[in-house]
Amino acid sequence: MKYLDEYRDAEAARRYAREIARVTTRPWSIMEVCGGQTHSILKFGLDQLLPEGVTLIHGPGCPVCVTPLELIDQALEIAARPNVIFCSFGDMLRVPGSTADLLSVKASGGDVRMVYSPLDAVNIAAENPGREVVFFGVGFETTAPATAMAVCQAARKGLKNFTILVSHVLVPPAMEAILSSAHCRVQGFLAAGHVCAVMGCLEYAPIAARYHVPIVVTGFEPLDILQGVWMCIAQLEQGRAEVENQYARAVRQAGNLPAQELMRQVFTVAPRKWRGIGEIPRSGLALNEVYSAFDAAKRFGLSDRAVPEPAECLSGLVLQGRIKPPECPAFGQRCTPEHPLGAPMVSSEGACAAYHRYRGLAAMAGA
Amino acid sequence: MGDTLDFTASCPIPIQEYPRIQLAHGGGGKLMHHLVEKIFLQAFGGAPPDTRHDSAVLNFPAGRVAFTTDSYVVRPLFFPGGDIGSMSVFGTVNDLAMSGARPRHLSAGFILEEGLPMETLWRIVCSMRAAAERCGVQIVTGDTKVVDKGKGDGLFINTAGLGVIEHSQVIGPASVRAGDAILVSGDLGRHGMTIMSVREGLGFEATMQSDSAPVAAPVLELLAAGVELHCLRDLTRGGLASALNEIAQAARLQIVVEEKLIPVRDDVHAACEMLGLDPLLVACEGRFVAFVPSKDAARALAILNRHAEGTAAVCIGQVGGERPAVVVLQTEMGVKRILDMPGGEQLPRIC
Repeated sequence: MKYLDEYRDAEAARRYAREIARVTTRPWSIMEVCGGQTHSILKFGLDQLLPEGVTLIHGPGCPVCVTPLELIDQALEIAARPNVIFCSFGDMLRVPGSTADLLSVKASGGDVRMVYSPLDAVNIAAENPGREVVFFGVGFETTAPATAMAVCQAARKGLKNFTILVSHVLVPPAMEAILSSAHCRVQGFLAAGHVCAVMGCLEYAPIAARYHVPIVVTGFEPLDILQGVWMCIAQLEQGRAEVENQYARAVRQAGNLPAQELMRQVFTVAPRKWRGIGEIPRSGLALNEVYSAFDAAKRFGLSDRAVPEPAECLSGLVLQGRIKPPECPAFGQRCTPEHPLGAPMVSSEGACAAYHRYRGLAAMAGA
Repeated sequence: MGDTLDFTASCPIPIQEYPRIQLAHGGGGKLMHHLVEKIFLQAFGGAPPDTRHDSAVLNFPAGRVAFTTDSYVVRPLFFPGGDIGSMSVFGTVNDLAMSGARPRHLSAGFILEEGLPMETLWRIVCSMRAAAERCGVQIVTGDTKVVDKGKGDGLFINTAGLGVIEHSQVIGPASVRAGDAILVSGDLGRHGMTIMSVREGLGFEATMQSDSAPVAAPVLELLAAGVELHCLRDLTRGGLASALNEIAQAARLQIVVEEKLIPVRDDVHAACEMLGLDPLLVACEGRFVAFVPSKDAARALAILNRHAEGTAAVCIGQVGGERPAVVVLQTEMGVKRILDMPGGEQLPRIC
């Protein structure tokens, strides 16, 4: 397929692998931030092409995975209400809250609908004036502009029955949280290409400088990732710590300015709890004062009560890159895609799901 | 199926009489008899009135018979490349074909939702008739129930099928052997992506049509040509990945397939990429996988390709040695990974 096959060329991939091996003189640990990249790595077996000693650490870049348990429980509570139409991306439907998931709320009679765009939820609200329509706004900077657009449209249409349960999170603060941790093993980053397509590369320069880590904005196809790794290792070997852009076909230095403007118009930066990691200051987006009428948590009077994570699930360590999924004792045993303990096992960008799906028994055997 | 349209002009229950299905059409009284006479018997034919009974009486040659049933709940009822009616015939015919049986007779059970336009029912019934004629099967018995408005999705169809087995092979996972070639009869994933596209308004259906089609004819020709068929499986829900995993587990053998040999059309591939779905897990309705000894592979492919519509049948891999009984995918990157069975329904990703 055009614009994809070129980036999946096996011969070119082998050439990159040889080139990476040639420039690598010692072990390096590089974190790919985005779960989409993690899935590419496992799906195409890219880690197997790298020289021994080059380790890819899987990062927290799966918005579904880091959505805190409290918020999922709030979503379940709202979705179960009789007059509510609860709209969500498909990814969230199987994510376990403390007692259930959205699919089981749907099976019990809740009106839960899968949408492809927040704007679909706005249309549903316009068509159902007698019902409360709630959109579960999940995602990084990539999906936040679409949520912002939905809020603006709902405001323009004067819809009083449309609200959003906001769970948008920001990538750079999470990278800083990982780098400041005492357990940090990350020496370089492949930054999330699609996040940067919206936000640009500029906000990463202070991080690269402060922590002296190379950051390569990287795409999602096999050759993108191999080239990103190669650029990152080249910097590490030369002692450089700069922001470079591998994904130039999608990412501009300043990003997508109209999208950023839309986000500024609707959201304000707020502290946000990350599932398995804890609260990170200035790492989330909340509706600002002007648009607070669209806040589902306020509309439904939900309080932010703490819910304990299941102790058996080590997804917090997985999301921080401190362990690989097969190192979790529950992996493939007590925790499977059919019976997940944590979100990374069911999200399409979750690292646990990637290992289970593409490595299966071999992952459990430690291969 | 263009020939179904010939019937639509002349729905035998005039619109002014009963434009829509009513609860009484399933009540056992005059309205139901009217419906049976005017719609079902008119389309499917039937025994003379003095021999009609609660069950059809069939003559069968002595020997093995294949028997199967399947229910059809597809939404929308009409989609590019087919409709629920033709699908309910082809699907059950295909299940019979996977035993190497010659499909002969079908039953058809209808669950109609109150309010279904009579014209819609007629179009679907006509499509079933055309599909049955194409497959050489007779619809010999049936049933109709009507449920309250809101309790159904227009209509559901159940068909059961009987087929005669005229060969002596044992077709099933137990016959699969190490070294068997694995053939697929055409490109994958088109039905699932067409339905998803229409249902969700994604717009891919402009170029895409369901692969819904009968596959009994090529299977019977393989048998007639003396090809050893170790195992056959039609690739419906769960796609190729599910079928191969089921066979690997049942046969307790490893299956190795090569990614670059698996036929997926560009438009299906593009739609899957956009939604984060894997075409190897997406449903087909007119495709099957055949396990044959490698000595028969070339001959089998030549026969399959005489029947192929669109993309060709190809060999995608072979059965490896002993355990672990998993499906291994040799990726285009030249490394191996597991091809797992889908956990549940595939859900489109966020970003």
